Amino acid sequence: MFKKILIANRGEIACRVIKTARKMGIATVAVYSDADKDALHVRMADEAVHIGPPPASESYIVIDKILDAVRRTGAQAVHPGYGFLSENSRFAKALEDEGVVFIGPPASAIEAMGDKITSKKLAAEAGVSTVPGYMGLIADADEAVRISEQIGYPVMIKASAGGGGKGMRIAWNAEEVREGFQSSKNEAMSSFGDDRIFIEKFVTQPRHIEIQVMGDRHGNVIHLNERECSIQRRNQKVIEEAPSPFLDPETRAAMGAQAVALAKAVNYCSAGTVEFIVDGDRNFYFLEMNTRLQVEHPVTELITGLDLVELMIRVAAGEKLPLTQEDVGINGWAIESRLYAEDPYRNFLPSIGRLTRYRPPAERSGPDGAVRNDTGVYEGGEISMHYDPMIAKLCSWGPDRAAAIEVMRNALDEFEVEGIGHNLPFCQAVMDHPRFISGDITTAFIAEEFPDGFHGVTLPDEELRRIAAGAAAMKTVAARREGRISGVLSPHDRRAPRDWVVSIGAREWRAHVSPLARGHIMTEEGEELAIAPKGRDPRNPDVLIHGYGAVKVRFEDGTEATVEGDWTPGDRLARATIDGAPLVAKVDMRPEGFRIRRRGADLDVKVREPRVAELARLMPEKLPPDTSKLLLCPMPGLVVSIAVEEGQEVQEGQPLCTVEAMKMENVLRAERAGVVARINVAPGASLAVDEVIMEFE
Amino acid sequence: MKEILAELEARREIARKGGGEKRIAAQHAKGKLTARERIEVLLDEGSFEEYDTFVAHRCADFGMQESRPYGDGVVTGWGTINGRLVYVFSQDFTVFGGSLSETHAQKICKIMDMAMRNGAPVIGLNDSGGARIQEGVASLAGYAEVFQRNIMASGVIPQISVIMGPCAGGAVYSPAMTDFIFMVRDSSYMFVTGPDVVKTVTNEVVTAEELGGAKTHTTKSSVADAAFENDVEALAEVRRLVDFLPLSNREKPPVRPYYDDPARIEPSLDTLVPENPNKPYDMKELIEKVADEGDFFEIQKDFAKNIITGFIRLEGSTVGVVANQPMVLAGCLDIDSSRKAARFVRFCDAFEIPILTFVDVPGFLPGTAQEYGGVIKHGAKLLFAYGEATVPKVTVITRKAYGGAYDVMASKHLRGDVNYAWPTAEIAVMGAKGAVEILYRSELGDPEKIARRTKEYEDRFANPFVAAERGFIDEVIMPHSTRRRVARAFKALRGKKLENPWKKHDNIPL
Repeated sequence: MFKKILIANRGEIACRVIKTARKMGIATVAVYSDADKDALHVRMADEAVHIGPPPASESYIVIDKILDAVRRTGAQAVHPGYGFLSENSRFAKALEDEGVVFIGPPASAIEAMGDKITSKKLAAEAGVSTVPGYMGLIADADEAVRISEQIGYPVMIKASAGGGGKGMRIAWNAEEVREGFQSSKNEAMSSFGDDRIFIEKFVTQPRHIEIQVMGDRHGNVIHLNERECSIQRRNQKVIEEAPSPFLDPETRAAMGAQAVALAKAVNYCSAGTVEFIVDGDRNFYFLEMNTRLQVEHPVTELITGLDLVELMIRVAAGEKLPLTQEDVGINGWAIESRLYAEDPYRNFLPSIGRLTRYRPPAERSGPDGAVRNDTGVYEGGEISMHYDPMIAKLCSWGPDRAAAIEVMRNALDEFEVEGIGHNLPFCQAVMDHPRFISGDITTAFIAEEFPDGFHGVTLPDEELRRIAAGAAAMKTVAARREGRISGVLSPHDRRAPRDWVVSIGAREWRAHVSPLARGHIMTEEGEELAIAPKGRDPRNPDVLIHGYGAVKVRFEDGTEATVEGDWTPGDRLARATIDGAPLVAKVDMRPEGFRIRRRGADLDVKVREPRVAELARLMPEKLPPDTSKLLLCPMPGLVVSIAVEEGQEVQEGQPLCTVEAMKMENVLRAERAGVVARINVAPGASLAVDEVIMEFE
Repeated sequence: MKEILAELEARREIARKGGGEKRIAAQHAKGKLTARERIEVLLDEGSFEEYDTFVAHRCADFGMQESRPYGDGVVTGWGTINGRLVYVFSQDFTVFGGSLSETHAQKICKIMDMAMRNGAPVIGLNDSGGARIQEGVASLAGYAEVFQRNIMASGVIPQISVIMGPCAGGAVYSPAMTDFIFMVRDSSYMFVTGPDVVKTVTNEVVTAEELGGAKTHTTKSSVADAAFENDVEALAEVRRLVDFLPLSNREKPPVRPYYDDPARIEPSLDTLVPENPNKPYDMKELIEKVADEGDFFEIQKDFAKNIITGFIRLEGSTVGVVANQPMVLAGCLDIDSSRKAARFVRFCDAFEIPILTFVDVPGFLPGTAQEYGGVIKHGAKLLFAYGEATVPKVTVITRKAYGGAYDVMASKHLRGDVNYAWPTAEIAVMGAKGAVEILYRSELGDPEKIARRTKEYEDRFANPFVAAERGFIDEVIMPHSTRRRVARAFKALRGKKLENPWKKHDNIPL
């Protein structure tokens, strides 16, 4: 076995590889650019080598720099992670020439699978089903119909030179083929000056399902079941799971066998992934093979109990695979949510900056559920714009799909990320989406279910009522504490209120909070308390301050809820149970209540005394200003230049102004066509987030 | 006998009606609460005790004798906020537009006198059309009586003004002399002369909102300390502020139970200061991570943002925070920020509130605007305020502490009690580049030499250790342990006794 390996990568995957190497007793070498000097992978590795400036093109993907780092540290093998040099056959070759082991497939396999046409050809030869189609020149509509009938409807008629949907038609019968052929041809001619047309099978209800394969250098290749990665946004995977809710054992076996056949055909060893597109009738077609460790590999690990990185290292060291196909099973269900530094409320605009708060849920594993978080960042770390915006992969495991989803929901509720925009609320929205829950998903899921982007989640009434109960309990704790300030006229004069009106948007509940006649109740001086201490009373250090323990919240309609928990003012994460069912939420104190975030919803929860609530109803409703005709500054920064003038007409996508933030220039573009009415800032101005840069007519 | 008792209740009922149902409805239609409703929101439920319910004006001119409503346009009395005593007056716009008469002023003066004697804050809820014109000079005299009491009470009891409607002309000067002014957005304004007079005299066309609305006074004039969305929110925030303040200068600031470990370690603070010394970072993150429960009540958050002022608690006790904000103007001191912080420091000192200062200051802002504006005297205000303050003073230099600004920001030399520096601190006369350009003027043509000189200067001075060698820094501390260090420092300073020499009063450069 190797004594020392180098990880030619950064971020969570570098950390991931380091963890396994450490477990195996292998020393690790990290490489880092200027931007990653303080990165987590550098902190975790035994050694770290600086390889240049922030852009990957000047550091992480410069083969010579990695080779140099290998030489300097005497690493015997290199794990490339994913991205960067992981599928670069020249890199694999260069290492081979250096006498250093590449922890991955042979260069020849990378090369063969790296080319779309070659890989399709090889796949077809290996008996792998590919999307049926006709690549040759099609003379006329009659020929088009003949070919379409061979392929089987529906078919897609595409311009060879096409792109962006132009010259593309879907046809379900001969008539539509004739029609589509002609219009496609015309459109292709006028758009691209090239009217060559081809036809291929149109895959309906497409799903992205991939097979994990693993091979050794002794000719053994096995598959480790599939992963479903259909939840994608603009080809960027967001949520993956294993197994797929769609495959039956026969399809799985067939896909697995084909994947293994393809791997064997190119003498594959190490971890690889064969991607398929699967239609509504479970027909599957080869897309491509990724000759590396995949981002979403943890879900496979969670259902197979294998460590893929360990297997990669072992086979790279020449060991035989320690298991055969028969040994591979499926245990339970696993889901991965990719946490991106992208703001879902701003059309998933990448967000950079300092992670002022980063508290992932605790990793755990047990027979009822498991949580795993692969991360490359830490609280106080910086998210730079130089690299992939993915900052963590949160995985859940459960005995079945429903359980895995539930574990994921709670884990997402516990995940605290502040300082940057991120897609946690969006992942939460997907976890509660009926169509996702049903498993009836396709690659168009996000486009179809969130056609206008993401605008938060509306929680069902019952869920709001539970939150209201929790908020009333928390407010009672806060009010009690406020009443225990020094200098009161008479400590017995003041009884902290226990009657509240909780309002969330237009919903309103009257709630009375009373202690439960049990061992642990509302804090009273001198009372015996059964729950863990949370703090000390400064006037009397012997008195411990506790949370509320258990209280009963009685609503106006006579219903009751028992709230148990240990929240105290200042806790940013509240864990409670409402009538025994868990309620985990992010909580920020506000003078009139709380901001509560849970399940993708961001709620302004007002908790007021009844009379105050009554008077609050007299307050005018102030509508937030209409920002659709404004260009707001998306991040705090400095105006570098303004590209337009007042009165100027602008087109969608046209640059309007440049704002420098964190030493980076960001070009702000017009979201739609319009006329600039007013420009409120001048170059050199320092802007806060959401400051109005210009107004449109 | 029963009838006599019933008579009282009947009269009270009349008083409660103020200007009558119609005017109350009009007040509500403007999105405003009535004087009594505001008191209900401000004070603990059922704690309000009204005085002078039946006071009526004595004016007999212009037919005023026909209408002598109870209360005379202001509701006064006392109650509690979270159990602590406060005195309140709340002007009633439904009665003569809340205008100030001789008797109206007398009611305010009465509770101010009580507050002074008994040592409790005065909270004024302002909603008044101005002087009671029918009363002429008697009304003006009334204002002056209130002014005189504001002046006498300054530094003795906290005075808080909430502007919840019009406040114009002479009326503005009572709030102006209180410690804090809050405003309600869209329904309050303050100015000495209104838009009509402005137009007549200067030909400027301006709306009341532009001239003296909440936005103007929180961002431009700095007259107001904060603005809130509506009456209820504003009053909730006043309650929050009162919980930070001592009842008077005879009492220590309040302490309340807290749920935060004073020894809490914040590893993320170790990376707060960026590698690049010219890159900004948000000082508020440090304040919030040091504060108990992350709770920070900011004063003047929209004005002179290059300095941050406000209240936090450490181990449950109030601490005033002053911090340079590198995010705005690189955190430099200028006229506005010096004035803002000086006033805050003096408030804290007057009420025995310890002061925590976070320093990252590259110096004073240069330029004709600053010099013509008198930055010398305005900057001196902050220097003066820090130097005269006798309360416990703990200072943490996070990064730059350059030149005269270093001296100003609660340095050891201004009787700083405990002065810490982070390892990233740079305490020097100026930045390396500027220093080298002066020291090695003859070498300026040679970039290589200059680079070497700059490096030399940085190595020598871009650290806290030169200052630490001289004892100007008591200790260099790890950023992650700032909360623990600062909390312990204030704990050790609880018994601090320091007195300035006797004087009638000082002569701060106003």
